[in-house]
Amino acid sequence: MNQARPAPWLRLNFTWLGLMPFVIFVGLFLVLPTMHIVIGAFHTRDGSFTLQNLIDLNSGTIPSSYWISVKVSVASAALGCLIGFGMAAAVTFGAVPRWIRSPLMTFSGVASNFAGVPLAFAFLATFGPVGLVTVMLRQNFGIVLQRDLGFNILSFWGLTITYLFFQIPLMILIITPALEGLRREWREAAEVLGATGLQYWRMVALPILFPSLLGTFALLFANSFGAVATAIALTGSSLNIVPIQLFAQIRGDVLGNPNLGYAMAFGMIVVTAIANVVYIWLRIRAERWLK
Amino acid sequence: MSVWTRIVGWAVLIFGLLYFFVPLGGLFEFSLKARRGVYSFDAYREVFADPQFQATFSYSVVMALVTIVIGILIVVPTAFWVRLKMPWARPYVEFVTLLPLVIPAIVVVFGYIRLYNTASWLPLTGSIFGTNALLAFGYTILALPYMYRAVDTGLRTIDVATLTEAAQILGAGWFTILRRVILPNVVPAVLSGAFLTFAIVIGEFTLAALLDRPAFGPYLQRIGANKAYEPFALSVIAFAITWACLALIQFVSRFSKAAPARH
Repeated sequence: MNQARPAPWLRLNFTWLGLMPFVIFVGLFLVLPTMHIVIGAFHTRDGSFTLQNLIDLNSGTIPSSYWISVKVSVASAALGCLIGFGMAAAVTFGAVPRWIRSPLMTFSGVASNFAGVPLAFAFLATFGPVGLVTVMLRQNFGIVLQRDLGFNILSFWGLTITYLFFQIPLMILIITPALEGLRREWREAAEVLGATGLQYWRMVALPILFPSLLGTFALLFANSFGAVATAIALTGSSLNIVPIQLFAQIRGDVLGNPNLGYAMAFGMIVVTAIANVVYIWLRIRAERWLK
Repeated sequence: MSVWTRIVGWAVLIFGLLYFFVPLGGLFEFSLKARRGVYSFDAYREVFADPQFQATFSYSVVMALVTIVIGILIVVPTAFWVRLKMPWARPYVEFVTLLPLVIPAIVVVFGYIRLYNTASWLPLTGSIFGTNALLAFGYTILALPYMYRAVDTGLRTIDVATLTEAAQILGAGWFTILRRVILPNVVPAVLSGAFLTFAIVIGEFTLAALLDRPAFGPYLQRIGANKAYEPFALSVIAFAITWACLALIQFVSRFSKAAPARH
């Protein structure tokens, strides 16, 4: 783009000054605070360098809280991908009338942003001990969720199905354009060569979609890994996931070592950053085909 | 299209729609059950009469408006400048604006608490005004990905360079250009960014709770631990506000599509 001109930083001018308000603002309120946490994770309380905080992450309840967080995130991302893909495919390939597409996409745009305290109450009111579905199942079918199915809203699965409320719409939003990028010619070419519908999906469509699918999975994973409010409102402190534990640590230093809190926060950044890098990388790969 | 594909398609779609609407229905139904045996709006009446609701709700509304103003002041000039003068910097700026989606909010606010405490060089958390400001800045960061994307998309539809040159020839300075030429042209984009910001801020929990500010999100969580029906009524209200905001975005973007920007 700028081969014709000298490199931007060689020209003596002050256009970069126009960017300063943004740079200062983001520096002060995003970059510096995050750096402070990251640097703190590698230091002791009196300021000398250490890896002890990261080693200490492997102690007490911390490993199990990371493990539960990862499990909830994987479960909600996987189910979100599966159901969202099904819905997007149903709309894209004409199994259901086309006019459903536009309202569904609008709705998904709304619902995918809807994590938070109210979402927790919606699920409590539906699947909680006296919730709509719970009561209906008990009165009409004699099924007691807790006793017969071992289901409890304040648990691993409870949190997972609550997160699905924003995971499924996010999947629909991201995967629909990818599905629409599958060209009709590819299917026709496969059919001319004698492929069955299943063979087309297994050998043409899915390999093309695979980077998109895996990338979206990574994004959904990061999305639920960082969710705090829903979890706190839903389970209080009964489910020991990372954001809840970090929240308690910030409130009252429950770990007894502020720098261990930094290390926990650093761990969260690392996990979500890896998931996002995977997403971006796979997205670039996916765009080679879907243009 | 075989019959089976259709059946499976409908089944998946109906399952998904049930998944979305049953919890909303459950929430609404439950919020009406405050009086034994009959449906009533008792919980809502209770909520609206609660001075704490009025206080926290108006606090969050003010916070959202302040956040929107700060967001516009930061994002519009930046996006404009990048498009006009520094197109090579666009990917970098865009990357930075997406960072709040990568770094969990709880980590950012943890940094605030440690970096801007009373013993630091910028003791924002030392005063109520400072903490409020810090919260507004934090919300601006949370909303940055949405705001920047909205405004940048809006700027794409107008010819920034020509408009700027024309204004300069007529003797306008940078401030006049931004306020009287660029901003009026990206109003729909700014509005959709603003509504989304409003929806995010109004029920936000993590930042407000950890900075210990009396906002609507923490109030909702606190009352959820103590009262039976009121939190559900509050959640219905929160849902309604969010949906109203997002419906307004749809409305604004349709409206702007119907009347394309003049070049």
